[in-house]
Amino acid sequence: MTQSTGTAVLERLWQMSRLGNVNWGRLMVIAVPYFWLALFFFIPFLVVFKISLSESAIAVPPYTDLLDLDLEEAYLNIKINLGNYLFLWEDSFYLDAYLSSIKIAAISTVLTLIVAFPIAWLIARSEGNTRTILLALVVLPFWTSFLLRVYAWMALLKKSGPINDILMAVGLIDQPLQMLQTDFAVYIGIVYTYLPFMVLPLYTALEKLDMTLVEAAADLGYRPIQSFFAVIVPMALPGIVAGCLLVFIPVVGEYVIPSLLGGSDTLMIGRVLWDEFSINRDWPMASAVAIVMLVILVVPITLVRNSSKQEDAA
Amino acid sequence: MTIAEVSTKPSPATDSSHNPLTSPQPSLWRDPDAKPFVVFENVTKNFGDFTAVDNISLNIYRRELFCLLGGSGSGKSTLLRMLAGFEQPTSGRILIDGVDMAGIKPWNRPVNMMFQSYALFPHLTVEKNIAFGLKREGIADSDIKKRVADMLDMVQLGHLGKRKPHQLSGGQRQRVALARALVKKPKLLLLDEPLGALDKKLREETQFELMNIQEETGVTFVVVTHDQEEAMTLATRIGVMNTGNIVQVGEPHDIYEYPNSAFVARFIGSVNLIEGHIIEDEVDRVRVKSKHMDAPLYINHGISCAPGQQVNVAIRPEKILLSHELPEQTDNRCEGVIVDIAYMGSMSIFRIHLDSGMEVRVTQPNVARDMGARFTWNDRVHLYWDVDSAVVLTA
Repeated sequence: MTQSTGTAVLERLWQMSRLGNVNWGRLMVIAVPYFWLALFFFIPFLVVFKISLSESAIAVPPYTDLLDLDLEEAYLNIKINLGNYLFLWEDSFYLDAYLSSIKIAAISTVLTLIVAFPIAWLIARSEGNTRTILLALVVLPFWTSFLLRVYAWMALLKKSGPINDILMAVGLIDQPLQMLQTDFAVYIGIVYTYLPFMVLPLYTALEKLDMTLVEAAADLGYRPIQSFFAVIVPMALPGIVAGCLLVFIPVVGEYVIPSLLGGSDTLMIGRVLWDEFSINRDWPMASAVAIVMLVILVVPITLVRNSSKQEDAA
Repeated sequence: MTIAEVSTKPSPATDSSHNPLTSPQPSLWRDPDAKPFVVFENVTKNFGDFTAVDNISLNIYRRELFCLLGGSGSGKSTLLRMLAGFEQPTSGRILIDGVDMAGIKPWNRPVNMMFQSYALFPHLTVEKNIAFGLKREGIADSDIKKRVADMLDMVQLGHLGKRKPHQLSGGQRQRVALARALVKKPKLLLLDEPLGALDKKLREETQFELMNIQEETGVTFVVVTHDQEEAMTLATRIGVMNTGNIVQVGEPHDIYEYPNSAFVARFIGSVNLIEGHIIEDEVDRVRVKSKHMDAPLYINHGISCAPGQQVNVAIRPEKILLSHELPEQTDNRCEGVIVDIAYMGSMSIFRIHLDSGMEVRVTQPNVARDMGARFTWNDRVHLYWDVDSAVVLTA
């Protein structure tokens, strides 16, 4: 997506320069974010990509150079190692980790959507002060440390935690439930942490929703549940897409939540990446894992964005 | 007759056929034995402390084009929303075609509404907007297609079926909204300010079109509007509303010529209200003395009142005649000075100061080209009118 807009900008610049009317003021405004993106996204991406093509070595930093320049002999040796990518494909462990990450991210995105929709609806339909207070409550958790909040969940979910205590006191269970170190805990942690990222875009979309459209649907014979799917969901679609991307993308690479709340069998690519990097000290392998993850994420997102753009144009 | 013919050249025949006074169809509301189609029975609606609709009883008959006319906050929209089922009456009953509507949800009512904002679904094409309501009725796709196509033809939008609402003009959107509401073949069509968003020229065209569609489909229309001109041309009958009450119900002609209160007289058209008190009260005539008038006011219709009672005499500006000479009649005349003239082309509006200080508005049709020269600024003129021109108002 950045690429396509980038080329568009370049084409525009080319046209303007040919016509001799480059608007330098405007160029400066555009240049700042592009410079920022280049410095902090594109260059680090190239660095990681470069590392992924090298070999692991016992050195500082722990990988080999791609370029071997010998001035005396006057030759330049370029050594590109595709072995890391090949190994990713050959060892089913990585493939499983990717699939498992995507599965966990997909399920938790849907769960977050289901939890967030009523909240966003309530905020969008409330008025004045109530709305401000509710919005503040959604953002409030950001004021404390994310890590602290995950630890709080550990305390809540553990065998001797308050949830188990209450369930036993009520008499629903005899033995404390094993909740920590399960996928269940991971889902709770993810839905809880990423809820605001879903609520806010949904709220923006629903707040703009003209309620007379819902009345019109009722008038035309649609029960509330039918008009929800026929009118509200299509109208809120931009918010739903934005919210889902905001949750899905970071969750695929999520590391902290699965390692703190998940069990040893919760396989996620973020954890694999971390292990590769810090325990195995295999930077090239870790880089290859990261690059593939990026490709897996960027391709579908670009497709989604392009399709929604075409729909707008139609 | 197709709409196309009418909208391009509204023939006198069409106009008069709609006029209830000359309508070939029997006017059901004049028949005391006729069964009303929509019934409001002592309907009250409160929103918290605010009473939006205050104990209204009203009958609307089949095939009527009934206009609820009132200012903002008069309760007209609440009345309409109760018919659609979006609001429930706090007390009282509403019947549509003999069925009590209490507890019947909007989606189960034989009623469709055309919203003021049109409420077209922006994500759907014109065709899909119109087909939207039919999808819930379990009709075969081929039938839906045919009914949508027929509707598009009726509102003359056959060529725009694939467009999205934002690609249409205001007038086109209005037609789509109308088609979407009518395609369900409702027993009752509700229209909330149907012409409110259109410019003046388009409004006039659309008015005739609406009337013709109503006649063609035979659907009963209930229209809410704040525009008295719109109500006058569209309606078979008008219900004038004020602060939650219906203050007068009648055919446009009755409402205009025989308003029952100063409020109605002022709300529909413009009017001069002359204060006075009754000096003679007979069965078929009234005499009123006013400090503004040189002669007593004489009105040839009886009212129930007592001698000495304070009343308003309402006289429409176009019913007052002007003259430089003293008119022969001894009643209904006064004198004043022209302080302002507005030339409107087809007519001129005069503001005249009476000697008592009261200001009177008079309109004169410009039947001859030199009319403007006959009366000019600061002329002293006599004002007079017929015995059957004015109305006595006790309220």
